[in-house]
Amino acid sequence: MSTILQMQSITKEFPGVKALDAVNLTVERGEIHAICGENGAGKSTLMKVLSGVYPYGTYDGAIIYEGQTARFHSINDSERAGVVIIHQELALVPHLTVAENIFLGNERRGRSGLIDWNRANHEATDLMNQVGLHENPTTPVSQLGVGKQQLIEIAKALSKEVKLLILDEPTAALNDTDSAHLLDLLRLLKTRGITSIMISHKLNEIESVADTTTVIRDGKTIEALDMSDPDADEDRIIRGMVGRDLEHRYPQHEAHIGKEVLRVKDWTVYHPTQQDRVVIDHASFFVRAGEVVGLAGLMGAGRTELAMSLFGRSYGRQHSGSIFKNGEELHLRSVSDAISAGIAYVTEDRKKYGLNLIDNVRRNISAAALFKLSRKGFVNGNEELKVAEEYRTSMNIKTPTVMQTVNNLSGGNQQKVVLSKWIYTDADVVILDEPTRGIDVGAKYEIFTIVNRLAAEGKAVLVISSELPELLGTCDRIYTLAFGRITGVVDIADATQEGLMKLMTQERSAANAGTEDKEQARS
Amino acid sequence: MTGTATLKEILLRNLRQSGIFLALVALLLLFAGLTDGTMLSPGNLTNMVLQYSYILVLAIGMVIIIIGGHIDLSVGSIAAFAGAVSAILVIKNDMPWWVGVLAAIGIGVAAGAWQGFWVAFVGIPAFIVTLAGMLLFRGATWYVLGSISLSPFPKPYQEIGNGFLNGLLGGQGYDIFTLLIFAFAVAGYAVSAVRGRRARIAYNQSVETLVLFVLKIAVVAAVVMAFAWQLANDRGLPIVLIILGVLILVYAVVTTRTVFGRHVYAIGGNLTAATLSGVKVKWVNFGNLTNMGFLAGVAGVLYSARTNSAQPAAGNLFELDAIAAAFIGGAAVTGGVGRVTGAIVGGLIMAVLTNGMSLMGLGLPQQQIVKGLVLLVAVAFDVYNKRRAGTK
Repeated sequence: MSTILQMQSITKEFPGVKALDAVNLTVERGEIHAICGENGAGKSTLMKVLSGVYPYGTYDGAIIYEGQTARFHSINDSERAGVVIIHQELALVPHLTVAENIFLGNERRGRSGLIDWNRANHEATDLMNQVGLHENPTTPVSQLGVGKQQLIEIAKALSKEVKLLILDEPTAALNDTDSAHLLDLLRLLKTRGITSIMISHKLNEIESVADTTTVIRDGKTIEALDMSDPDADEDRIIRGMVGRDLEHRYPQHEAHIGKEVLRVKDWTVYHPTQQDRVVIDHASFFVRAGEVVGLAGLMGAGRTELAMSLFGRSYGRQHSGSIFKNGEELHLRSVSDAISAGIAYVTEDRKKYGLNLIDNVRRNISAAALFKLSRKGFVNGNEELKVAEEYRTSMNIKTPTVMQTVNNLSGGNQQKVVLSKWIYTDADVVILDEPTRGIDVGAKYEIFTIVNRLAAEGKAVLVISSELPELLGTCDRIYTLAFGRITGVVDIADATQEGLMKLMTQERSAANAGTEDKEQARS
Repeated sequence: MTGTATLKEILLRNLRQSGIFLALVALLLLFAGLTDGTMLSPGNLTNMVLQYSYILVLAIGMVIIIIGGHIDLSVGSIAAFAGAVSAILVIKNDMPWWVGVLAAIGIGVAAGAWQGFWVAFVGIPAFIVTLAGMLLFRGATWYVLGSISLSPFPKPYQEIGNGFLNGLLGGQGYDIFTLLIFAFAVAGYAVSAVRGRRARIAYNQSVETLVLFVLKIAVVAAVVMAFAWQLANDRGLPIVLIILGVLILVYAVVTTRTVFGRHVYAIGGNLTAATLSGVKVKWVNFGNLTNMGFLAGVAGVLYSARTNSAQPAAGNLFELDAIAAAFIGGAAVTGGVGRVTGAIVGGLIMAVLTNGMSLMGLGLPQQQIVKGLVLLVAVAFDVYNKRRAGTK
């Protein structure tokens, strides 16, 4: 093996912050190289330096790529050299077709200078085959699920004759099947001599796929682990990332379960645009005071749809069934109905659904409960400031001041702001949708400590997650959801990953549409 | 965070806000120099207030519309229609002047509510709805006026746009009443600033140093009183200035201190997050558009009173001046960002530019070119700033 990339003592400073401090990274040709680190450790910055987002000259240190000092001034420069980065948020244009997306900016032209669509579609089919995708090249990408979109991104990279593929959290939005498929694809590309750098928080994936793992902490390289070494396991990586041992990945939680708070009976919801399509089918469940209940389901099972439809009918049409709180039936017609009934829904994807990114911490925290801070329509700004400061302390939100724009916070701290916002509504039923997606191990621990605190205060907590170890580590009881139906409920004492997965893939009704359709409905 | 901030920190933290204030002052001084002081003469300052008041009124509403993530192209037409209806009632049908005022404002509110309905409840983008409104209300104006101008309005109606409060307390060549009103305003500003500072200290927030704080109030007081002195030496306190002052004050409070204002910012900043936070998005949008209609009605009254007539072509292109004022004042095209005071300063920059160039004898062509470039540069400056802040 030869070395394809050497980043030597890379230092990148922003006004007031040293994001990277003499970071070294050595990547061998044809390996899968994982980069691990807490959020804010500098992984993305490092990749932006490598791919020319931060042009040559704006950082210190040297990049030796293919034996030569690289001087990338833009992404175009790095792509020409075969370095292609696939960002966490997919950069596909939803209304364009697969082929149009693959060749966007790199269009296949005929002799006349106009685009040769036959050639483009033909080559697109070929590229898709290489990544194991069998779709019509003229399908708009919006009709494909996230997993397939991720594959299209890779096909797009292949079209640029990629030598070094950088993937930023490629499996963050994927379910287990799609993730496995993607990792297999990386292994396949490896046999073809394509080198991959993968940023990921999913340590089990890193363990299974990576040849080398570089750990970054606080803008510094901590170590590069050879993954063939038997000692280089998840715990070893975590120790490097956080600089300490995490005895328990999830905080201890002692349940003091009280009486039933939330009960949902025969909840049925139809798709918002496609008539006659049942998305949630007679779902029934309950959550008791002080209890942390998990809702496990694969992507497309209807987890978010269930939560959102309960939350003041924010999703779907023709809702039927009933919701009871403390034995009384609720009729929630809007989000504000749900909030005043004491229900909080901490949305998935905090950037899209949870926060006003251009506004500050203070006003994001108060956003869902301005009624508590206002009289006759006037907001008490001083009181609001006090509340924000209280939450900054109690939730350990790391920000210089509460007047900081939330966009400048790290993922974990943003999530704490979203949690603060909902806790401040004084809800006694708290639904958390993927509360730890894209945040690092340390912050995850903190989030679950907060979840435990909520339960200890006697609130009924429902956690939606696609990561089974997380549910197993934190819940008292777990419901499984498959194809819009509740397929089982398991007490934590009896729950295993295998058992849950079996329930999560159980298709009770043959009349139901396949997984593929469900996935499309989400995207 | 406890602590005090220095002048440099404050200027840097709020580069955009301080930037436009400095730009306004620089422009005033520039034109004062180029026109041998005519720019700052009592007569000219008074005229500027009278001439641009209706644009500033529209800019207040427009910036709130833009913060909410919308745009309103119809305000000029609504103002014209409001003025036309008022003229028909007052001039043609001899109704009392105040009936005209109420009717004009009522027309504005109704037109705003009509557009709000389509935007909020039917879900059509405001750009389309108000483009339709621009044609619709312009057509309605021509229709009700029968394509001719109506004039004159009775004296009290004209006073709204051209009148002054003068000599109420006497004076020796200058109006004491005007000075007194401004002195009250300055005192009110100082009191509220001191209170705000105390509250910030009580809540452990960073404040500027005491010297700087006193200096800031002193400078504001000096500038405002100098302006008052010039007005007092001309015709006294323009009535439109009182109306404008009240509107600025009210809407500054609405945007920063009320639940409605917060919800407008939330919707413009992230619509989905706002919806899922329980914001009644439809009603807030409806209210926002309706409010714009109200202010367009007020502008219609001011304009018809100022020109002492209702014309079919009144208010043409007002919407563009108002939109430009909001953007020069720091509003973001994507919504969620902007301030009423910013829009007012933006509007004043446009006013000073127009007025200054007119005094210098430059014609409409040059004025348009300069104003276009200023708008472009102001927004480019914004974009540049954001990019610099965003490289993190």
